[in-house]
Amino acid sequence: MKKSGKRWMLEIIGLLLALLWISPFYLMIANAFKTKREIFTNTMKLPETFTFDNFVQAFEELTFLQTFMNSVLVTFLSVAIILFFSAMAAYALSRNGSKLSNIIFFVFVAAMLIPFQSVMIPLVTIFGKANALNFYGLIFMYLGFGCSLSIFLYHGALKGISKSLDEAATIDGCNRLQVFWYIIFPLLKPITITVGILNVIWIWNDFLLPSLVISGDGTDTIPLKLFLFFGQYTKQWHLALAGLTISIIPVIIAYFFAQKQIIKGVSDGAVK
Amino acid sequence: MRNKDFMFWLFLAPVLFALGTVVLLPLIYGIFYSFTDWDGVNAAEFIGVKNYVELFSDQGFLNSLWFTFKFSIASVIVINIMGLGLAMLVTSYIKSKNVLRTIFFMPNLIGGLILGFIWQFIFTKVFDAVGRATGIEWLQGWLSDSQTGFWGMVILMSWQMAGYIMIIYIAYLENVPKDLLEAAEIDGANGWQRFRNITFPLVMPAFTVSLFLTLSNAFKIYDQNLSLTNGGPFDSTKMVAMDIVQTAFQLNQMAEAQAKAVIFFIIVAIISLTQVYINKKKEVEM
Repeated sequence: MKKSGKRWMLEIIGLLLALLWISPFYLMIANAFKTKREIFTNTMKLPETFTFDNFVQAFEELTFLQTFMNSVLVTFLSVAIILFFSAMAAYALSRNGSKLSNIIFFVFVAAMLIPFQSVMIPLVTIFGKANALNFYGLIFMYLGFGCSLSIFLYHGALKGISKSLDEAATIDGCNRLQVFWYIIFPLLKPITITVGILNVIWIWNDFLLPSLVISGDGTDTIPLKLFLFFGQYTKQWHLALAGLTISIIPVIIAYFFAQKQIIKGVSDGAVK
Repeated sequence: MRNKDFMFWLFLAPVLFALGTVVLLPLIYGIFYSFTDWDGVNAAEFIGVKNYVELFSDQGFLNSLWFTFKFSIASVIVINIMGLGLAMLVTSYIKSKNVLRTIFFMPNLIGGLILGFIWQFIFTKVFDAVGRATGIEWLQGWLSDSQTGFWGMVILMSWQMAGYIMIIYIAYLENVPKDLLEAAEIDGANGWQRFRNITFPLVMPAFTVSLFLTLSNAFKIYDQNLSLTNGGPFDSTKMVAMDIVQTAFQLNQMAEAQAKAVIFFIIVAIISLTQVYINKKKEVEM
C-alpha cells in the first residue's frame, strides 16, 4: 500500500516535470498560429483561430526547401568523410603500435582541448587567402574539427577486434585497403552509428563556423538563414515563431524515428 | 602496418592534413599573432606582450570573464542537481520512464541558436503576460537587466543540458546492483541511507565526468548567448566566446582578439586537464 502510494507520487512528479519540459515547445507552436495582435492579448492559451499565413510567409522567406537541402548536404558530406577517414586513420594507428603512432594518437586526443574560438581568426585568414571560404572549404574544416573525437572513439572500438582477422584476410590475398573496407569497417558498425550521430547533431546545429565561412553565398544552412530571418523580424514574433517551428520539425521527426539509437549514441560518446 | 609502410601514411594522410591546416596551424599562427599588432590587413609587427598587458586593464574583457565564471559555476550546480534528480526519477520503477527520458533529452538535439530564440520569447513575452495578468512584478522586464539576463542564461542552459547529464548518470545508475539495494532494504536501511551508502559511492565517477563536461560546455557557450541576450543590456551578459568573436569580426582588432583567444584556450585546457588528472588518480586508487 505504502509502495504504490509512493509510486503514484513519482508518476505525478514525472508528469508535471515532463509538461514543464515541453512547455517552451508548446508556447512556440501555439503562438506561431496566432496573429501579431493575439500573441499580445492571449499568450498562454491555444489560438482562437488557427492561421497558417505565418508559416507560409516564413517558409518562403527562409527559402526553406533550398535551405533544408543545404543543411542536409553539408551534414551528410561532412559526416561521411569524417566517418570514413577517421575509421581508416584509427585502424592504421591501432595496428601499428609503434611509438610514433602513439604520439600521433596523442596529438589527435590533445587537439580536442582546443576551443573553436582559439583558432577561428587565423583559420578564416588562412582559408581566405587560399580562396577556400566556401562550401567545400567548410566540409574540409568539419573533417579537421571532427576527426579527433571520431578517431578516439574508433580507436577504442578497434582494440576489441582481433588482429588475426587482418592476418587471415591478408593470407587470402586482400591488400590493406580491402581488409579495412571489407572486413574491419563492417565490424565497426555499432561505433560508426555512435560517431555518426554525435557528428550529425553537432554539424546540423552548428552556427558560428558556417557563419564565418559560407554566410550569404547561396549555400546557407538552417541556423544561418534563421539568424538572418530573426534579425529582420525582431519584433514580429508571429513570423519568428513560425520560422523556428518549421526549422525544428525535421529534427523532431528524426528523433521520433531514431530516439533509441540517438540516446544510446550520445550516452556512449559521453561516457567513453 | 609499419611506420615505413606507404599504406600507413596513406590511411593517415587525410586526417593529418585536415587537422594540421584547420586546427594546429591556426593555433600556432594565433599564438604568434597575439604578440603582434596585426589588424587582419596590414603586415604584423612584433610588439611583445603588449596585447596581454592591455587585457588586464580592458574592463569589458574582465567583465565578460567574470560573468562567464559566475554563469559556469551556477550552471554546473543547477544542471548536475537536476540531471541526477531526473536520472533517479527515470531509473525508478515508474511506468512512464521511457517517455520521460525521451522528453527530457529532447532539447539537446536542437541547436543552441534556436533554443535561445524560443526562450527569448518566453522570457520577454510569456513571463511578461503572466506578470501582467497576475500582478507578479518580478516576472516582468526579463532580460532587460544583467540579473535576469544571467538567470535567463542559466535557466536556458539547464533546460537544455539537464537531459544530457541525466543520460550520463543513468549509465552509471543502471550499474548499481539491484540485489545490493534490496539486501540493504531488508537489513533496514531507509531510502536516504541506501542512496548515501550504496548508490552515491557507485555513481561518484559520473560526477567527475558530468561536472567537467558541464563546466567546459558552459564556459565555451556562444550560440545561446547570441540568440538569448546578444550580450545585452550594455554588454552586461556578454561572455568570453562572444567577446572574442565581436573583437575580431566587428571591431577588426585581430591581434587583441587573438590574445583573448589564447587566454580562453589556456583556461579551457586547464579545466580539461584537471579532469584528466583526477580520472587518472582515481584509476590508480582503484
